[in-house]
Amino acid sequence: MLDKHADYIAAYGSKKDDYEYTLSEYLRMSGIYWGLTVMDLMGQLTRMNQQEISDFIKSCQHDCGGVSASIGHDPHVLYTLSAVQILSLYDNVNVLDVDKVVEYVRGLQQEDGSFAGDKWGEIDTRFSFCAVATLALLGRLDAINMDKAVEFVLSCMNFDGGFGCRPGSESHAGQIYCCTGFLSIAGQLHQVNADLLGWWLCERQLPSGGLNGRPEKLPDVCYSWWVLASLKIIGRIHWIDKSKLRSFILACQDEETGGFADRPGDMVDPFHTLFGVAGLSLLGEGQIKDVNPVLCMPEDVLERLGLHPDLLS
Amino acid sequence: MSGIEETSNVSSEFQEERSEEEVEEEIGYEDPFRYVFYRDRKEWADLEPVPQDDGPNPVVKIAYSDKFTDVYDYFRALLKNDEKSDRALLLTAEAIELNAANYTVWHYRRVLLQALEKDLREEMRYITAIIEDQPKNYQVWHHRRMVVEWLNDPSEELEFIAEILSQDAKNYHAWQHRQWVIKEYKLWDSELEYVEQLLEEDVRNNSAWNQRHYIISHTTGYSDPAILNREVQYSLKQIKKAPHNESVWNYLKGILQDLGLSSHPGLLEQILELKETHCSPYLLGFLVDIYEDFLENTLEHHEEVLSKALELCELLAREKDTIRREYWSYVGRSLQTKYGSSDSSTTTSAPGSDSGSKPLSH
Repeated sequence: MLDKHADYIAAYGSKKDDYEYTLSEYLRMSGIYWGLTVMDLMGQLTRMNQQEISDFIKSCQHDCGGVSASIGHDPHVLYTLSAVQILSLYDNVNVLDVDKVVEYVRGLQQEDGSFAGDKWGEIDTRFSFCAVATLALLGRLDAINMDKAVEFVLSCMNFDGGFGCRPGSESHAGQIYCCTGFLSIAGQLHQVNADLLGWWLCERQLPSGGLNGRPEKLPDVCYSWWVLASLKIIGRIHWIDKSKLRSFILACQDEETGGFADRPGDMVDPFHTLFGVAGLSLLGEGQIKDVNPVLCMPEDVLERLGLHPDLLS
Repeated sequence: MSGIEETSNVSSEFQEERSEEEVEEEIGYEDPFRYVFYRDRKEWADLEPVPQDDGPNPVVKIAYSDKFTDVYDYFRALLKNDEKSDRALLLTAEAIELNAANYTVWHYRRVLLQALEKDLREEMRYITAIIEDQPKNYQVWHHRRMVVEWLNDPSEELEFIAEILSQDAKNYHAWQHRQWVIKEYKLWDSELEYVEQLLEEDVRNNSAWNQRHYIISHTTGYSDPAILNREVQYSLKQIKKAPHNESVWNYLKGILQDLGLSSHPGLLEQILELKETHCSPYLLGFLVDIYEDFLENTLEHHEEVLSKALELCELLAREKDTIRREYWSYVGRSLQTKYGSSDSSTTTSAPGSDSGSKPLSH
């Protein structure tokens, strides 16, 4: 089926999915990152047009250094990370003015250590992750106040061992991925209560084998990434029933069109396709390249960059 | 990264969108109120529409729906000219209606609201309507927060959020906003009552349990034994109503773990009683946690308690919670390693696993 998925991604946007493609312009940079990463994991990155994408990214960097989702959109840390991830796949981050990117990220840090997403000030632990992931890929983690950044993320740890988007926010698998990823990059994983959090994470598995993001919610293939990667980071991935999860992920494929959907029978999209394939990689699927659980990029790319974020054992 | 919860936006926008047929039908009737493209409006004739630029060599050729193209071409024109006008503000509303996740349009709208010194009360009415229509979107809630901050008036918030939660009691954005309003404007007083009401309606609402913890932590705290016991008894009562409820068990463990699960007077007895009539894998797991805490903090009856704990781990792994058998085996092995004596028999130790103890952390 991998060839079918690759065909789906390679053709995405050029067919009649036009309206959906248009509607998702506001996240285009991330969309490209999802597509390229999954292609690389399947060994098919060369089918994508590196020059066009690099030119596109270059025209999305603003004067402040931040990168926007698409041309004519405003910069944001989410799309700044996606841009740096894409360029890392191609080993040419210098398409961007790297110093300005670093300056932009540094400027988003608040007094309490948190990070805003952009100049409008929304605070979220997702942005803490985006900030350090961006800087780690650029080798510039020294640019921010790491101690304060860690302090803020830890203040988002809840009574159940999980993390939310701000202090007090409900634990949510997506946020947990961001926070454990953050702590890994910051070298602070020992601050996590791994047994307690691991328990909360493996409780996400439903009888169907799929994973949800919070108690009493429906399973979704993207949680196969958020939950599984988090468990891998804290050294407890074996607490999931792997074969049941694998069956669930495979059931989310569309055998006719290629690609993965959020759950069996729904419409596919690149987002769920990446996380389905990445989830399978974490489960040890032979034909897929190893994926790094912290940065959601092929391990060989990080190897080239000399990046080895911590994992608990 | 930006996809968390946002792909659900794309599909919810799908459902909201009127079909092409509906729009065409409307135009065909020559209704005086029919939609007029911006490119055909006299009062917009001074602007040169800016077509979508997907980059120097567009990767794909995109076919847009006419209305969408028209509106966004004119939005881009406004941005290019940095136009600050009433018509620009109206256009942002159209652009938002077509794609409420487009954060650049929201930014621009805020810039316009400030530059034109618009009536923010009216903006509150506007954002209220938008959120009711599309409650699962980061931008709309962030926008509302900005307006509330500018007005410095939270008076409508609790009621509004309650209304949104009545449609989906677990809306993550709504809960964020609610926590911010309460903390920022010190509106703690009636929140516990609200949480109880929600838990009456759905005792499995994890967001409500989280909110309960939030409120109590920020007001009375849990250090007063009377408060702690009140919460323990409240939890046990909810367990009787719905024994298979992840949230209440996580809450109970969460509030007791600092002091220690085995230290709460009478708790073990109450749990053992519940085991007879309202058993669940969660209850059994909680018992293991109590026994583990006991082993950590007392020196007596170790063998007996350990044996009970190991038996439960085995039961859970083998029968009651098999999907998590690896976890339960781990727990059993850890207990055995930490508290077992060399000649106590056990059914859960893995061969050669004792080289490094892995104590359960609390």
